[in-house]
Amino acid sequence: MTSASASADHERPVKLACRNVWKLFGAGAERLFADGAAAPSAEALARAGLIAAVREADLAVREGEIFVIMGLSGSGKSTLVRCMSRLIEPTAGAVLFEGQDLLKASEAELIALRRHKMGMVFQHFALLPHLTVLGNVAFPLEIQGVRRAERERRARAMIELVGLGGRESYYPRQLSGGQQQRVGIARSLAVEPEVWFLDEPFSALDPLIRREMQDEFLRLQRLLRKTIVFITHDFDEAIRLADRIAIMKDGAIIQSGTPEELVMQPATDYVAEFTREVSRAKVLSARSAMEPPVPGARLSGSVPADAKIQDLARRVIASDGAVAVVDADGRPIGQLTRDAVLDILAGQSDRPA
Amino acid sequence: MSATAGIAGAQPARLQPWPVLWAVLLGATFLLFFSEGLHDALEGLAPWAFEYPRAWVIPLRDWVSGFMQWLINDFDLGLFTFKEFTRSISWLLTWPFAFANSLLAEGFIHGRGDKAVLLWPRLSWLAVIAIAVLMGFYAQGWRLALLVGACFAYLAVFGQWTSAMVTLSSIAIAVPFGVVGGLLLGIAGFRSARVERAMAPVLDLMQTVPIFAYLIPALYLFGFGPVASMIATIIYATPPMVRMTILALRQVPDEIVDFGRMAGCSRRQLLWKVRIPAARQSLMVGVNQVIMLSLNMVIIASMIGAGGLGYDVLTALRRLDIGAGLEAGIGIVVLAIALDRLSQAFAARPPEQQREDSAGLLRRHPYLAAGLAAAAVTWIGGLVLPALGSYPESLTLTTAPFWDGLVSWININFFDALEAIKTFLLLNLMIPVKRFLLTLPWPLVVGLVALAGYQLGGLRLAALTAALVLFLAVTRQWENAMETVYLCGVSALIASLIGWPIGIWAARKARVNAVVQPVIDTLQTLPAFVYLIPAVMLFRVGDFTAMIAVVAYAVVPAIRYTILGIQRVPPTLIEAATAQGCTRRQILWRVQLPLALPEILLGVNQTIMMALSMLVITALVGTRDLGQEVYIALTKADTGRGIVAGLCVAFIAITADRLIGAWSGRLKTRLGLA
Repeated sequence: MTSASASADHERPVKLACRNVWKLFGAGAERLFADGAAAPSAEALARAGLIAAVREADLAVREGEIFVIMGLSGSGKSTLVRCMSRLIEPTAGAVLFEGQDLLKASEAELIALRRHKMGMVFQHFALLPHLTVLGNVAFPLEIQGVRRAERERRARAMIELVGLGGRESYYPRQLSGGQQQRVGIARSLAVEPEVWFLDEPFSALDPLIRREMQDEFLRLQRLLRKTIVFITHDFDEAIRLADRIAIMKDGAIIQSGTPEELVMQPATDYVAEFTREVSRAKVLSARSAMEPPVPGARLSGSVPADAKIQDLARRVIASDGAVAVVDADGRPIGQLTRDAVLDILAGQSDRPA
Repeated sequence: MSATAGIAGAQPARLQPWPVLWAVLLGATFLLFFSEGLHDALEGLAPWAFEYPRAWVIPLRDWVSGFMQWLINDFDLGLFTFKEFTRSISWLLTWPFAFANSLLAEGFIHGRGDKAVLLWPRLSWLAVIAIAVLMGFYAQGWRLALLVGACFAYLAVFGQWTSAMVTLSSIAIAVPFGVVGGLLLGIAGFRSARVERAMAPVLDLMQTVPIFAYLIPALYLFGFGPVASMIATIIYATPPMVRMTILALRQVPDEIVDFGRMAGCSRRQLLWKVRIPAARQSLMVGVNQVIMLSLNMVIIASMIGAGGLGYDVLTALRRLDIGAGLEAGIGIVVLAIALDRLSQAFAARPPEQQREDSAGLLRRHPYLAAGLAAAAVTWIGGLVLPALGSYPESLTLTTAPFWDGLVSWININFFDALEAIKTFLLLNLMIPVKRFLLTLPWPLVVGLVALAGYQLGGLRLAALTAALVLFLAVTRQWENAMETVYLCGVSALIASLIGWPIGIWAARKARVNAVVQPVIDTLQTLPAFVYLIPAVMLFRVGDFTAMIAVVAYAVVPAIRYTILGIQRVPPTLIEAATAQGCTRRQILWRVQLPLALPEILLGVNQTIMMALSMLVITALVGTRDLGQEVYIALTKADTGRGIVAGLCVAFIAITADRLIGAWSGRLKTRLGLA
């Protein structure tokens, strides 16, 4: 982890965390953990005839961040997110919600938690076909017993927020895919949750609509600052949206970090495979491309350390040779040369720095 | 791996064991049939194989009868006796039925006989038609409204009104019981795998036991009359609702259930606010089935006192009064069509918008208001002008003379042709098959069925089918059963031979399909009883008449599944075949039919099931099979006899169903369709 971004994270408390979470499918899965064994080996699983959908998952989602879990189909990402909301009962491990183990919560506590603190958006929208847009968005409130006038007022506000005002009395089948997912989003936000799960929310949409919905999602997040767990199989989407990404393969998290960290230091060839096609300029910041400050160097102007190369490339290239990189307080911490920027733009960042 | 595959591929000439075994066994069977010497010799050696020994019979019949007697006479549930229990059920059902019957058919009457005073007239025929039209309009639109209106108008104009309303009131009471009961049982089965496992064989049995067999215990426990018939109807109509509920609840997408849980639903909220509304459309299909099965049963239950249209047909058939029978039969048909289309339209109807404005009850429910208005206006009008209350008898039309004339015209002009067909089929197909089946020794049949079961589904299926077939022998129903198998087999064969070409034709020509589909849809909604009428008209009584009625009833699935199977062949395969230069005929024989085969087999299965259920009803025209046994038991209220014979029919059905189902499943796996 690059130190500066990590220290920024440490300022925010952890909202939701997984500690050594396992989900095994098959008969007698619990027995493997009964004697306190922490991690059954792959051979032990094969011998017992069990399939590990999630193995040894450790992650921490901080308040207000977008945490993306990325993996191809069958990697266990959907199972993991369902373990985090206890829609699926994990076989072993702990899921900590604000420090409390969710797996020890009673049925009633769990229901209360879901009613007030969690929201979820689904890949295929999961709208109730017999209810209107208004009825769908108001449904979580209805379940809680909120009075009709009140819940409809709040639902209308949410529908307005996602830009569907005027369509309150439509039925889901009368809406396009993108509109249906807007309803799904409005519905998941109606209870004003603290943790927001999105399970491949845009995967079922056309590419153009997907793009539009991603922008919409970022707009909402700037407004609402929720703690978000976002599932996707699309690495570009992950890069675009994430504060941090965890990459899953065969049930295990193989690397997690900021998009920049994944691109700069892929932990395995598998991760490198994903990052190869990613445009460096969009991901890398001035901080990771800069060189140590050279005393007395002639610098034309300065750029903030967190700015992406893509956004400052023109300025650096137009400069005489290098610009100063300054931290949040305006202190110079390095310099960024024209060559370094050109290399990144040309896709040659593998060059030893 | 590849080495062994190569070796296996290199020995194509080696004989497959199964076909050889079957050839030998079937050859031996035919030898036994054609060589009387061998037959006699074998019979001398082992007479027990040909005539099931009396000493080995399990007296299930007496046990069942004894049990029923004990139930009625001695069974004490502690607080009350079983007899009191049945009485109270009877009492509970009498009231709603009496109400519906008064409302629709008789009017509210105080007192009996000469002293009877009409307190309140029944709903006017105009009001009922108006309500039906409103329902049609509400559910779908003008076309349905017109259709339903015309159906009910037919009942009024052709003098079937009162009978139809008696039938309708039975259905109106039976259906809610069937739907609610089925829903609750289905929910129980959905929630608990153990309950579902326990219910599955019972449901299988209930759906294969012939319709008459329901009547017997109902008659025995509840006596002759509308209540017994309604109980039989409810029990008969509930199983599909149970199945449909389990299926529908299971088909609710996981995501929707996940959403419900994430919204914080309690178990109860999850069921009633998420699962059931999301499954609404499939559940409505179940409701439609309950309605149609109720109609089917109510018609047949006229034998134990249901009255109504079924009773009219029954009495007309007994008098061989073809005209009157057909007229009442058409009454049943139009009622069936109206009920089916209405309930289907309600099922398909998208949920409606709730009106938020507080405009008052009537404004919020305009259809309800209009219906009530129609009832009120016609009632007041009826006080002034009686024709508004009940359809004037002087304006009643009758088609009976026309039908009578038509039938005698056919009989005069085509008697020889019809008789020739009948004789030809009897002599060349039906009687030989019957003789063949009756000469087979029962151990051989049990063995062959078990072998087929083993080949198609393994040891379990072999054991099940062998046990089911053995039941026919040990209850001493072997000969009756073979009569049933023969009639059912011949009918299913002929129905398939008629149904396949029609199905193929319709599947390949959209224009033909546009005609065939509505026809088979309508045929499928008609109560089984109706099919008897034309058969009796043309061929009087006997096995041949029964066969014709069974074929007419059972041909629909043969057509439907053939169409379905061919249409489900992926279009890309057809394109590929066309691109390779196949002619249309080659595409049919080499691509479509082989891939449609599993589906067509399922159609054969359905044809056999329907044939069996119809066969029992044809006992009315004098067959000599298990159906007759059930029918005789019904007339004598002999529960043991009826139930044992009914179980035999059910077991034949289940045996055929499991064998063909396993076969179709194997084919599907092999074709990669499963």
